[in-house]
Amino acid sequence: MTGPGAGEGTTGRAADAGRSVPRSPAAPGDAAREKPNHTPPEPPAPTPAPATHPTGPGPATHSTGPEPTTVPPDGDTTGPQPATAPPDGNTTGAGPDQAPVPGDGAKGPTDGAKGPTGGGTGHPSPARPAGTSSGTPGTPQHEPDASPASADGVVERRLHPVTPLRRAWAPVAVLVGWAVHDPDQAQRQLTRLTTTHLLIGLAVLIPAAALYGFLTWWFTHYAVTGTELRIRTGLLFRRTAHIRLERIQAIDVTQPLLARVAGVAKLKLDVIGTGKKDELAFLGADEARALRAELLARAAGFAPETAHEVGEAPARQLLRVPPGVLAVSLLLTGATWGTLLAAAVVPTLLWLATHNLWTVLATALPLVGAAGASSAGRFVGEYDWTVAESPDGLRIDHGLLDRAHETVPPGRVQTVRLVQPLLWRRRRWVRVELDVAGSSNSVLLPVAPREIAESVVARVLPGVTVPTAAELSRPPRRAARCRPLWWRGHGLAVTDAVFASRHGLLRRSLALVPHAKVQSVRLTQGPWRRALRLADVHVDTGANKTVAARLRDAHEAAELLRSQAERSRTGRRDAPPDRWMA
Amino acid sequence: METGSPDDTGTTGIPLAPHPAGPAGEEPVWTGLPPGLLRMRRLLLVVWLGLLTLAAGVLPALFLAPGWAALALLPLALLAWGWVMLGRNWRSWRYAERADDLLISRGVLWREETVVPYGRMQLVEVTSGPVERHFGLASVQLHTAAAATDATIPGLDPAEAERLRDRLTELGEARSAGL
Repeated sequence: MTGPGAGEGTTGRAADAGRSVPRSPAAPGDAAREKPNHTPPEPPAPTPAPATHPTGPGPATHSTGPEPTTVPPDGDTTGPQPATAPPDGNTTGAGPDQAPVPGDGAKGPTDGAKGPTGGGTGHPSPARPAGTSSGTPGTPQHEPDASPASADGVVERRLHPVTPLRRAWAPVAVLVGWAVHDPDQAQRQLTRLTTTHLLIGLAVLIPAAALYGFLTWWFTHYAVTGTELRIRTGLLFRRTAHIRLERIQAIDVTQPLLARVAGVAKLKLDVIGTGKKDELAFLGADEARALRAELLARAAGFAPETAHEVGEAPARQLLRVPPGVLAVSLLLTGATWGTLLAAAVVPTLLWLATHNLWTVLATALPLVGAAGASSAGRFVGEYDWTVAESPDGLRIDHGLLDRAHETVPPGRVQTVRLVQPLLWRRRRWVRVELDVAGSSNSVLLPVAPREIAESVVARVLPGVTVPTAAELSRPPRRAARCRPLWWRGHGLAVTDAVFASRHGLLRRSLALVPHAKVQSVRLTQGPWRRALRLADVHVDTGANKTVAARLRDAHEAAELLRSQAERSRTGRRDAPPDRWMA
Repeated sequence: METGSPDDTGTTGIPLAPHPAGPAGEEPVWTGLPPGLLRMRRLLLVVWLGLLTLAAGVLPALFLAPGWAALALLPLALLAWGWVMLGRNWRSWRYAERADDLLISRGVLWREETVVPYGRMQLVEVTSGPVERHFGLASVQLHTAAAATDATIPGLDPAEAERLRDRLTELGEARSAGL
């Protein structure tokens, strides 16, 4: 039986041949873990199979580029591996082989009864979410990769059936776009429009839109294997993405307002290189939660058959920001008042100067928008900010209308910044921002008392204590000739665990980089600084952020450059492994 | 290819290539750039500014008064200044392979020194444009997971560039560490 499993296997292998496989010596299990992909795929038990798949794209569909380019074997950034499946005009491929999943995808996982029945053969049915722990297959196995058959006997699932509706607005948007683009023509067409035309138009448009939505939904599948999340999509241009779980930087479940009404959610894996198209939108809300728990458990290194038993790891709430505090903190932020003031003053001045309504409107609208986003928008987005700790990472839940649930696994944070605007200083409040490679989320705490913030930072960066203001060393006094007044804001502290640099006079920002996360160190010195015997040291991290210690004494900077390179090299040895519970 | 274990990331350093690096902690052994790059840059400078000098000397003299030919002194002065600057800049470039990291130092007025631990390298690239190829030059570029890492060594001998690439790849493999 050469089924879709075989097709899957060949594309997987082609992908592996295409990129030069990163194999880090720090993870000796790597080779063993990849084995399931290379073993000839055993046909999955429950899938009837159309044998129409050609044998994949053959060898390497994309080579590693021009000849003189070599890749050292640590391709952490290789993130998703887009295995280009052959565009075989395959209409039978994805359709009939979905027999195990009934039409209503939401119910799909619950019919995992086939798991237990096949249990004797050691099919742990790995793709079931954690919620359905109704009976587990017999033989318990402790190694995550001990069951190659299960790695290929992947059960594919579909997204929630409500998904097609999210594209329902597309034809309407096209119409509106055309009307805006050419208003006169639209006006003329509208006057000619009769009821019959309208009905015919609707009769064509609605089924077409429905068909489009249905087809995109029907041809999108996802599956969880022992090591990967696979997303297969596309009717004409097929696309298969295999996202390796141990490369997960963070997982987000977001629920926009309408999705909350419909009871569905988006799930996004932050792996370097993944884009918007690698989101799973939409899943049932409970399913998304269960899938997140399962993915995290697998990424953490739990065995496949225990991964879905683990369920959602218990979370202990660390902090909840009260709405009142959030509102006050926004009122005490200069940016809020600055944008509001700009939105009020600039259009008024423009009106006095030009008396041209359009000019005023064109400038006022973006300004008002920015003011709204920085005040009300931030309040709505950061409302009910909750931080909880669980074994699989830090959970962040927030939002008034759109709810977002983010998870940051341990050891994935590249930099942490403690920002303190001037007016927060008396209350000892800080805002904590963080950078995770491949993730767009950047706030850990919108506002919190400094002590609590520091304890939360200690959980994100294990073993790190935030240096106090007294521990930070200022630049030498002659730096005042380089940057008058503001030189006092700069400070530097290097501890065993972090490189900490502060800048800003009124709005202070203290950036922390764990030594293990430093990718390269640079020293720069312009002519003016050289005359004053000063230099800057920059530390580059994997989240494309650079933290700089400015205006240091030249000798100190040179010494810092050497020692920091040494620390960054050795720091990695103590860093937690990719699979933090294996 | 031999891949080391994480344990031999110590300060010993395996001499993998004919150029053994100085052990970490000691003064690095700096290597300058071969003179080919300077020759190429100076030739390009002379060609372009020479054309400009010619244009500035001839055209105004033809259409205006002959005295306007003095305009040609401007690109000529630029040429002399550029000649010196290129020399200084070329002399400032140097790199050192240490046991565990690569140092690149450059710049005269704006100096910059970069340290990249071998274990953080994601990609080593050797590039060579048509003009560079004519002069027998190639440049080596190191990429890490941080885009800000700007570690390029221009104007190397192609054989040296390839040796460096292979050595860096090998060392990167032995000391591999990710994000």
